[in-house]
Amino acid sequence: MGTNNKRRHLRTKWRTQDTELSLLALPTTIWYILFCFLPMFGIIIAFKDFKIHGGFLSNIFNSKWSGFKNFEFLFKSNDAWIVIRNTLGYNIVFIILGIVVPVTLALMVGQLHSRKAGKVYQTMMFLPYFLSWVVVSAVIWAFLSFDKGIANQFLADLGKDPINWYMEAKYWPYLLIFMNMWKGLGYGMVVYLATITGIDSTYYEAAVIDGASKWQQTQYITLPLMKLVIVMMFILSVGRIFYTDFGLFFQVPRDSNSLFNVTTTVDVLVYKQLKTATVGMASASAFLQSVLGCATILIANWIVRRVDPDSAMM
Amino acid sequence: MSSKAHFESGLDKFNRINHVTNVVFHIIFILIALVCLVPVLVVLSVSISSEDSIRQTGYHIIPRSLSGDAYHYILQQGKMISRALGVSVLVTVVGTLLGILLTTSMGYVISRPNYKLNGLLTWIVFIPMVFNGGLVSSYYINSTLLGLKDTVWALILPLAVSSFNVIICKTFFRSTIPDGLIESAEMDGASQLRIFFSIILPISLPVIATIGLFLCFSYWNDWFQSMLYINNQDLYSLQALLNSLMSNVDALARNAASLGISYAELVATMPKESARMAVAIIIVLPVAAAYPFFQKYFISGLTVGAVKG
Repeated sequence: MGTNNKRRHLRTKWRTQDTELSLLALPTTIWYILFCFLPMFGIIIAFKDFKIHGGFLSNIFNSKWSGFKNFEFLFKSNDAWIVIRNTLGYNIVFIILGIVVPVTLALMVGQLHSRKAGKVYQTMMFLPYFLSWVVVSAVIWAFLSFDKGIANQFLADLGKDPINWYMEAKYWPYLLIFMNMWKGLGYGMVVYLATITGIDSTYYEAAVIDGASKWQQTQYITLPLMKLVIVMMFILSVGRIFYTDFGLFFQVPRDSNSLFNVTTTVDVLVYKQLKTATVGMASASAFLQSVLGCATILIANWIVRRVDPDSAMM
Repeated sequence: MSSKAHFESGLDKFNRINHVTNVVFHIIFILIALVCLVPVLVVLSVSISSEDSIRQTGYHIIPRSLSGDAYHYILQQGKMISRALGVSVLVTVVGTLLGILLTTSMGYVISRPNYKLNGLLTWIVFIPMVFNGGLVSSYYINSTLLGLKDTVWALILPLAVSSFNVIICKTFFRSTIPDGLIESAEMDGASQLRIFFSIILPISLPVIATIGLFLCFSYWNDWFQSMLYINNQDLYSLQALLNSLMSNVDALARNAASLGISYAELVATMPKESARMAVAIIIVLPVAAAYPFFQKYFISGLTVGAVKG
């Protein structure tokens, strides 16, 4: 529109149009202030000796400063290290599997002779994504319940002793990794499949004429063209490395105490501390999660921008 | 796109994987698809099994003896269920409408390049994507400062907006709506509010459908907000009800007992195990019935999200 001069003129003067647009954005802006920005200031609870009586604001102002005491208590308890190990450990496995498996399956489904069958498989694999964790925990209960579960009946048929699944920590890392895969597979595949179907077919035609095998086509055409999306999904998941799916780690193991060492992640710990009214430690954990989460997003993005500027988010 | 032509071309037929590999791939996919589908069918089969057979031999993939007792019981003692269903439907409908309104209006405003506060509002949307106040301070602000505890708004308001959705909207408005359309409406003297509601929204159905679906599923499937903020059983959604049934099946009986029937009698006669799974099926049924039809919107929404905002 118009010349540079005119644009500068439009930018400097406040018009009725701006008032109207501000009015339109007002409700959402208020929402952001109440539900996103106020809690950011609430983060100072982590540095206060917070008591839950009375109103929130008076509480914040009247509570005594406690410096880093909350953090000291947090790290003196053994929980802190177990929880950090769990959070990072599970996330690293989830990130690797969450790229390798869906990419492989997306490459495979594109090769099936029948496109219709591919669509049907995809629809079925997408179903778990739409189930809530409460429903999923009912599903798991039907399999793992000690006296009625299908898994133990199966073991009995094989002549083996039943296993008290919700008490045995050693099975849960595998179970949780499997459940995470099960629920997210359909979602992951769709993103990669969209990239694969978007690739120009002339690349493949040229490759076939040159005598490239299927594997060579994948290696030299499909994968390089998927790199951008793979890198983006990678940054997104690395940026969330201090966050876990609360439903997976709280609902699925049914909050069983004997599984504490293998199922407690930062989110679960914060929730438990909040509910048991150890607010100081809960807010210290939440503070660390927010700050470290923010730092990892920015670092991941910075690294990616240095390697491949086009893939960076900001 | 060119993919359809690509798959029908002769060259493509020539370039297919061989038959053995094709069969192997099919077998792998059939197995994975079954792993995804069968667990849900198991819950269905438990819900229609008779209580006696569950008590004697446990859950089974194929029911030993059929019975509609669980559903019959739920319908009979259904005050709690129908109330929870009501809460779930209300929260989903109101939340989705409110969410669409808040998201699209913000998306439209920050898509206007000449708007004076564009930069400020874009930061307001962007910052929460990177940094947040965490569960503890959100919980205290929502429950004490905003007074949402034990109100239905605690289930609706905190989930209404997500920056991700706002950015999808912004990208959509900027890339698909021609500037000339808005300029000519401005020239005709239409206010921005009028332009948004009578011109922009009606031609933006694809993005509204995508965001509406995301919101719908997240409201219907939400149980966390209930667990945090709701103590009053009258405000339980279906998810919250199932959650409490999972830890204590007698919850249903206790509620029915207040209607005048003896508690002991109810606990003895109610189909506990199958009732639990029947509630799960009531939750899953609308989702399972709807999602194959909406899958393509979801897929387009996901791919829009994968494109930079």
